[in-house]
Amino acid sequence: MLKMNHLSKVYRTEVVETYALRDFNIDVKEGEFVAVTGPSGSGKTTFLTIAGLLETFSGGEYYLDGIEVSNLNDNARSKIRNEKIGFIFQAFNLIPDLNVYDNIEVPLRYRGMKTAERKQRIMDALERVGLSSRARHYPAELSGGQQQRVAIARALAGSPRLLLADEPTGNLDTQMARGVLELIEDIHRGGATIVMVTHDPELAARAQRNVHIIDGQVVDLAEEPRFHAHAAEAAHEYR
Amino acid sequence: MFAYYLDLALRSLKRNKALTALMVLAIALGIGASMTTLTVMHLLSGDPLPGRSAHLFYPQVDPDTTPPHAKEPADVMDYHSAVDLWSARRADAQTLIVDSQLKLRAPTVNLPPLMAMMLSTTADFFPMFDVPFRYGSGWSADDDAKRARVAVISADLNDKLFGGADSVGRTLRLRDSDVRIVGVLKPWRPSPLFYEVAGGRYAHGDTAGFYGKPEDVITPFFTGLEINDGSFQQFNCWHVPDTPGHLEDAPCEWVTLWVQLGDASKVAAYRRFVADYAARQKSLGRFVNADNTRLRSLMQWLDYNGVVPSDVRLQTWLAFAFLVICLFNTVGLLLAKFLRRGGEIGVRRALGASRAAVFAQCLVEAGLIGLLGGIGGWLLTLGGLWLVRRQPTPYADLVHLDTSMFLVTFALAIAASLLAGLLPALRASRIAPALQLKTL
Repeated sequence: MLKMNHLSKVYRTEVVETYALRDFNIDVKEGEFVAVTGPSGSGKTTFLTIAGLLETFSGGEYYLDGIEVSNLNDNARSKIRNEKIGFIFQAFNLIPDLNVYDNIEVPLRYRGMKTAERKQRIMDALERVGLSSRARHYPAELSGGQQQRVAIARALAGSPRLLLADEPTGNLDTQMARGVLELIEDIHRGGATIVMVTHDPELAARAQRNVHIIDGQVVDLAEEPRFHAHAAEAAHEYR
Repeated sequence: MFAYYLDLALRSLKRNKALTALMVLAIALGIGASMTTLTVMHLLSGDPLPGRSAHLFYPQVDPDTTPPHAKEPADVMDYHSAVDLWSARRADAQTLIVDSQLKLRAPTVNLPPLMAMMLSTTADFFPMFDVPFRYGSGWSADDDAKRARVAVISADLNDKLFGGADSVGRTLRLRDSDVRIVGVLKPWRPSPLFYEVAGGRYAHGDTAGFYGKPEDVITPFFTGLEINDGSFQQFNCWHVPDTPGHLEDAPCEWVTLWVQLGDASKVAAYRRFVADYAARQKSLGRFVNADNTRLRSLMQWLDYNGVVPSDVRLQTWLAFAFLVICLFNTVGLLLAKFLRRGGEIGVRRALGASRAAVFAQCLVEAGLIGLLGGIGGWLLTLGGLWLVRRQPTPYADLVHLDTSMFLVTFALAIAASLLAGLLPALRASRIAPALQLKTL
């Protein structure tokens, strides 16, 4: 579903080149639930934004659902984002001026879907996250957990094949986080591929596979024991 | 998607009412100022006889025998040249024109005499210039020849003297002569008063006088010369006339000739005819500069005379400069508005909006601001034109906002705001979504 070969991302200024990702390799199979962990600044979010076609990369190859995406133009990338990818952000990223219904409608509008189908999908997604009664509420009128569930409903409504989640429980208390995680697991059971960036070892443990990123590269914790302490320390720090 | 973008634009405009009001006001002020002056410009520079002007021509010859010889012939003709060319009847229609001031009264009406302008012309004047009649009609070519004591009066004069009633057959005393009214015009206000335009190149842009009202009394050409003999003003004389005001045999230019020519071959033939006439006059010793003849169409003649007053042109330029300043302000405000929404744009991009979609959404918002600015600009234009109508200019009564300029107001407002929105929309569409989402 998602395959990166020797991918690199370089931020260049006049005086310095900074590698956010270097010789980055990952292969996520269809239907997998992968947790991506790593310390702050390791390149987790850069990986996620490149995976989500929100950012271009400097070198290497990236195949998404079998399509090599490096040469796609903005329209094609936007279409893939709209039809195949769902995003869940740490900060929810709901549009404050739109109510819950209209927020969930955003990706469906860009897909050019008919009104009746949009409505059906929105109501189904809201029911799935348990917020059917809050369709006309604005984000400011909801708790953090509810906002994140709206964000999940927004991702769900588009029936994405790949769900990218960036610290989905980072801004939630334990109880709310548990509810959100259950929803994500539910989506996974429905057949979606999930890539979740997290600092939380407990959350990472719920995934089928963990990928650890250090200094812009995927490392195998079993083969690189020096990173055990680093990772454990980071996990402790964020617990 | 347009309906969706419109809905989003409305929400966005409601979100920050003060900023929206500021942008709408900027557009409205710019549009109000530019449309006020553009409307005046449009009214003053239009075709006074749409559909007919292409067939109306203004012949010129150069009877001036004194050096130095000008590059352009005189703007009007001497009496003999004008009457010779008119009498030859070589055009489809032709008319002589001269005006003068005189005292008039209606003997049967108990009103004091009044001073009025009299137009002396020939029978073709009315059909050539499509002059509209309320009562009666013009006179015949036979009346011209017989110097018939008849007259056509304006709607204004008919209202003043006869309360707007059908006055055909009634008597009017022009100076000391009685004439019979044969026709009453409908309100008629060609803009400019094209048949009297001359001397524009000497006016240095002060040409507002070309937009005055038509004369109140119109008489046959030779009848008018008899009735008001001694009261005619010369345009130019190359020798001092023996008797000022009596200009038939004077070395002066003071008569206008207009001709109607149906097609290009007739125009070419008439041009040759005028040139041949000038050559013949040279051989007779009356002309020196025989090659100096012209035959301009009505619109060419108006252009040659620079009929639109220079102050109106200047005001139009200044108003459009003001519109540009207003647009620069709008660009700044739109830029601030769109870039402040970087987070929302980032989310939309992540959810599948292409750069083109973001660009279109921003432009629709700019266009909506333009539409609202257009409404404000239209109201300000009405106010501006009201002020122009109160100015002491000959064209004040002409000034109004017609349908075409009403539509132009909105088209200009929307086009201006779309132009102002281009850069902000482009910048908004280039917002890096990843950066916005990371910093949210």
